[in-house]
Amino acid sequence: MTRFSPADLKELHDAVGEALAADEPLELVAGGSKRDLGRPMQTPRTLDLSRLSGIRSYEPSELVLTAAAATPLDEVQELLAESGQMLAFEPPEWRSLFGSPLSRPTLGGVLACNLSGPRRIKAGAARDHFLGFRAVSGRGEIFKSGGRVVKNVTGYDLSKLMAGSYGTLAALEEVSVKVLPKPEHVATVVLCGLDPAAAAQVMSRALALPHEVSAAAYLPAGSVPAAIVGIAALRLEGPAPSVAFRRERLISELSSEYESTVLEDQASAVLWRAVREVEPLAGLNERVLWRISVAPARGAEFGEAIAHSLDALWYLDWGGGLVWVAVAGAEDGGAAVIRDAIRGADGHGTGHATLIRGSAALRSGVAVFEPQTPSLAALAARVKDAFDPHHILNPGRMAERS
Amino acid sequence: MKMPTPDAAVLQRRAEIIAALRQIVPGEGVIVSETERRVYESDGLTAYRQLPMVVVLPSRVDQVAAVLSYCKEMGVKVVPRGAGTSLSGGALPLADGVLLGMAKFNRILEIDYDNRCVIAQPGVTNLALSQAVEQAGFYYAPDPSSQIACTIGGNVAENSGGVHCLKYGLTTNNILGIEIVTMDGEVIRLGGKHFDAEGYDLLGVMTGSEGLLGVVTEVTVRILPKPTAARAMLIGFAKTEDAGECVAAVIGAGIIPGGMEMMDRPAIHAAEAFVGVGYPLDVEALLIVELDGPPAEIDHLIGKVERIARDHHATAIRISRDDAERLAFWSGRKAAFPAVGRISPDYYCMDGTIPRGRLAQVLSRMRNLSETHGLGVANVFHAGDGNLHPLILYDANKPGEIERAEAFGSDILRLCVEVGGVLTGEHGVGVEKRDLMGTMFDETDLAHQQRLKCAFDPEGLLNPGKVFPQLHRCAELGRLHVHSGRLPFPDLPRF
Ligand SMILES: Cc1cc2nc3c(=O)[nH]c(=O)nc-3n(C[C@H](O)[C@H](O)[C@H](O)COP(=O)(O)OP(=O)(O)OC[C@H]3O[C@@H](n4cnc5c(N)ncnc54)[C@H](O)[C@@H]3O)c2cc1C
Repeated sequence: MTRFSPADLKELHDAVGEALAADEPLELVAGGSKRDLGRPMQTPRTLDLSRLSGIRSYEPSELVLTAAAATPLDEVQELLAESGQMLAFEPPEWRSLFGSPLSRPTLGGVLACNLSGPRRIKAGAARDHFLGFRAVSGRGEIFKSGGRVVKNVTGYDLSKLMAGSYGTLAALEEVSVKVLPKPEHVATVVLCGLDPAAAAQVMSRALALPHEVSAAAYLPAGSVPAAIVGIAALRLEGPAPSVAFRRERLISELSSEYESTVLEDQASAVLWRAVREVEPLAGLNERVLWRISVAPARGAEFGEAIAHSLDALWYLDWGGGLVWVAVAGAEDGGAAVIRDAIRGADGHGTGHATLIRGSAALRSGVAVFEPQTPSLAALAARVKDAFDPHHILNPGRMAERS
Repeated sequence: MKMPTPDAAVLQRRAEIIAALRQIVPGEGVIVSETERRVYESDGLTAYRQLPMVVVLPSRVDQVAAVLSYCKEMGVKVVPRGAGTSLSGGALPLADGVLLGMAKFNRILEIDYDNRCVIAQPGVTNLALSQAVEQAGFYYAPDPSSQIACTIGGNVAENSGGVHCLKYGLTTNNILGIEIVTMDGEVIRLGGKHFDAEGYDLLGVMTGSEGLLGVVTEVTVRILPKPTAARAMLIGFAKTEDAGECVAAVIGAGIIPGGMEMMDRPAIHAAEAFVGVGYPLDVEALLIVELDGPPAEIDHLIGKVERIARDHHATAIRISRDDAERLAFWSGRKAAFPAVGRISPDYYCMDGTIPRGRLAQVLSRMRNLSETHGLGVANVFHAGDGNLHPLILYDANKPGEIERAEAFGSDILRLCVEVGGVLTGEHGVGVEKRDLMGTMFDETDLAHQQRLKCAFDPEGLLNPGKVFPQLHRCAELGRLHVHSGRLPFPDLPRF
């Protein structure tokens, strides 16, 4: 296998152009932390983007940062922290998830996979912070889209298209993101002793209150190794007097029936890091891992239903909207049960399940990404062809024939 | 402004096309008479007018699908329209085209408080969404100034913003799902009540696509609990530079206000003359800063902002004491357009975004341009996110003034791009900025965008003549010359 490691835009352009000429598809790799996410591929060439690294411009008061696409995430976050800022979408790293604790996730990588952490419910997803980029498409051409300002509607919003395309449309060379101030103070209200139905109710109520809950998670009793009783966690962020006020209100409005504690600063950070990095399901490496997005109020019921039909452990993030499920023993990894449950008894349920971790055989046997209706799948295939007509960028990573 | 040449063959078959459309949408849903078509001849960009060949007002998704697939089969162009408040000519009709009005899709289909979302038809107005959930303490965050009239379908097509979007985002950040009908007549659902669309983010692509990719027939929006309270500050500055630096310092201090708006001297005077709420008149720039949240947070932040403002030589600071006063502070800003309409027979509203740090420089160069073009300009500015709205003052009855206003506007937008900004922050490209796209994008950039259009609408029948300066055939765009068999780049590092 030939490995290309371009150092700049021109070399990137050449590498894609040559792969196109040789008709030898490329696997795109940057930090390598999420290499096993997606359908397994067999590509004759590897395009190692990791040398496309370095922050190119950052002006804190403009709330915008521009960096080479493969700049390590930790480098970006350290620089932002110096000015009291952050990537508000709380990108997950998932290093240990794929057993590669030494890999270095990159900014372009989390954008290309559209990965967002617990603050998704308040601050939006990675895609909501992705302002613009420069890239080489599968046509071997350099193009750009978007801009370096936080508000822009000039032309189609191709940043959204790149976010979540897993490197199947273009190789990103430079990206611009919106950044935001770090909250001055953080506190997490933890309620104990909730069964799934109660958790669903508490999270719905908490998120309907004007207290700006910035993250809401639920760990059901016994269902994840760490939780002896079911616990719901609600995070508050902001200026100290505001957090103090909202914390009291939240406790008095929600938790008369439940025991509650408050985690401050570091303890709170540890909890949300765990939720973000799927630590409640850590060490279950033999299990198949699913990440499922459903309407938030359905999450708890959904988790219970899955655990009823399958040997499954689960927990909730995103106020119930994100269900993490670890399945053992099912031949299809639980795909059929999970996907039926998304549609629900009435067939009207919306959502999608992504197979995050599973053997290569499983990942080529069942759909890693949610199967689409024929018309949507055909449209998506035409979009792929528009950017990568010869299927030389990560072919087959998202869908079998593209 | 050159629009695609009308297709004589289509115009010749007008009667036949009308008859077929009447089969799909019976009764008053097909509008043919010239007087009734006049209503639709322009949108909010009134400088451009064009009678459509025929207007169709469907009320069901299957009718939309049937109209589109019929038009595709016949090679007839289609222009979607919501309330027609676009300020970039996005809904400008075509002489040989069907104008597809979505006004009859005016029902809210579901309110789901548990999942904090509302499902609405595209013709529901922006304000009606907030009103529908107000009792329960919720609202829909993006609030364009046109919110009493503009539709959520139009908002999706334009990715509209409002004065609260620095903190709460644009349309694209506040919708969860849509249903669209493509030019093939296929009905496709993207997203739903859950977070993040599956597969490629076509929901994100549709948002802001200006009616070129598909017709939106249903929208699921997120609703948010209303903040406990809000207070506004009026801060006057003797120097624009100080105002600009104050904005940067507020953000630098980690404060993201619910709204942060700026007006320049001409805009302040026009607004004060119109609403009389006591704006200071002896200042060069006026900031309105709104802070929302629990009272404890607001008090804390107002104190901080006040100190920052004083450090930046603010000459006047007022803090709203109650909600009536807060709304009064806003009334002048919200009425800025009609206020300017009173001091000038006509005005032309521009919409570029700049890096905020370049504000003083841009305003001073804009004053020079104003002299060169011999026309006045008043500025309102979403200061938090750098989105400028210069209002160019002109008189359409004076020969040559429209052309001068347009030339002035183009110069302003070129200036925005030159300092690192963009052509449009929220109003869209439409026909207005179409021919300026080349200042931001090269041919290859535009071709990548147009191929996306080809994936949705290969014949280019949906809203052609908008956004892209040149129409290319999809076959021509798709061509790719690959020199197979040889290694063209021998110097490339390989391992
Ligand atoms: C006084 C005034 C103030 C304004 N203030 C703001 C502001 O603060 N912020 C802001 O962002 N904008 C503002 N606008 C601009 C305008 O209101 C928005 O762009 C709005 O979203 C347009 O909605 P509409 O329903 O009127 O759409 P239209 O003007 O009818 O159409 C706009 C575009 O959307 C397409 N379209 C409409 N409906 C559909 C559909 N169902 N499916 C597919 N395509 C469709 C049309 O083809 C067209 O390209 C303002 C306009 C005015 C007149």
